[in-house]
Amino acid sequence: MKTSVREVRGVSILDLKGKITIGSGDVQLRETINKLVEDGKKNILINMKEVTTIDSSGIGELVGCYTSVTNKGGKLKLLHLPPKISDVLTVTQLITVFDVYEAEPEAVTSYGG
Amino acid sequence: MSASKPPADAGPVRMSLSSRFENIEMAQHLCGKLLEGREVSEETKHWILMALREALANAIKHGNEQDLDKRVHVEMRVDQNTLEVRIRDEGSGFDPERVSDPLAPENRLKTSGRGIFYMKTFMDDVRFGRHEGGGMEIVLTKHLNASRE
Repeated sequence: MKTSVREVRGVSILDLKGKITIGSGDVQLRETINKLVEDGKKNILINMKEVTTIDSSGIGELVGCYTSVTNKGGKLKLLHLPPKISDVLTVTQLITVFDVYEAEPEAVTSYGG
Repeated sequence: MSASKPPADAGPVRMSLSSRFENIEMAQHLCGKLLEGREVSEETKHWILMALREALANAIKHGNEQDLDKRVHVEMRVDQNTLEVRIRDEGSGFDPERVSDPLAPENRLKTSGRGIFYMKTFMDDVRFGRHEGGGMEIVLTKHLNASRE
């Protein structure tokens, strides 16, 4: 998985590309989010548009990241969720946990900055 | 000549994989080849391969604990339009009844414990058992002319 971070109006947008699966991307996601949290970032938006595959391990890492950011007083939200990943979150009732956006400007504005 | 002649039963395909996550995609690829030419939508195929991924990851991580001296044994076949995949590890086993419900409110935000749930959601039948040769065996079954719903 490839990751890159950009800042837009006080929001750290993490663009992901590739797989978030066991042994390939799951730990990388956690480490990237942890680094942002350590750097004091509180508004984090994960752009999932180019995520091709996710498994239960990747879902677990997403949930762990959500908890880490929330516990530090931040907000972690999702952008451009591919339909099959949305399905995977829906069947485990996690879709209601995350704020999910289809447009980046709307997502950035939602942080209230 | 009939253009709608169903493909013949296929398999079994048998593999013995080392306990590396990298091998998951090789098994998925072979399963995909086994499904070629059959009456199975890309959507259904996607969920079958996800369930297969979960079962293999379970065998490698929890069964064999990534011990490279232990193997994961896979057998796949299509018989009368039903896909059956058997995955056996060489670990000490677990009690599937004791796996917690990932939908329970107290488990919703746990970082693990969803793999078996996904297998059961995306396949028609998932059975667990102790194999006579040792280790746990998971048997995944999918009727190929049925949708996920």
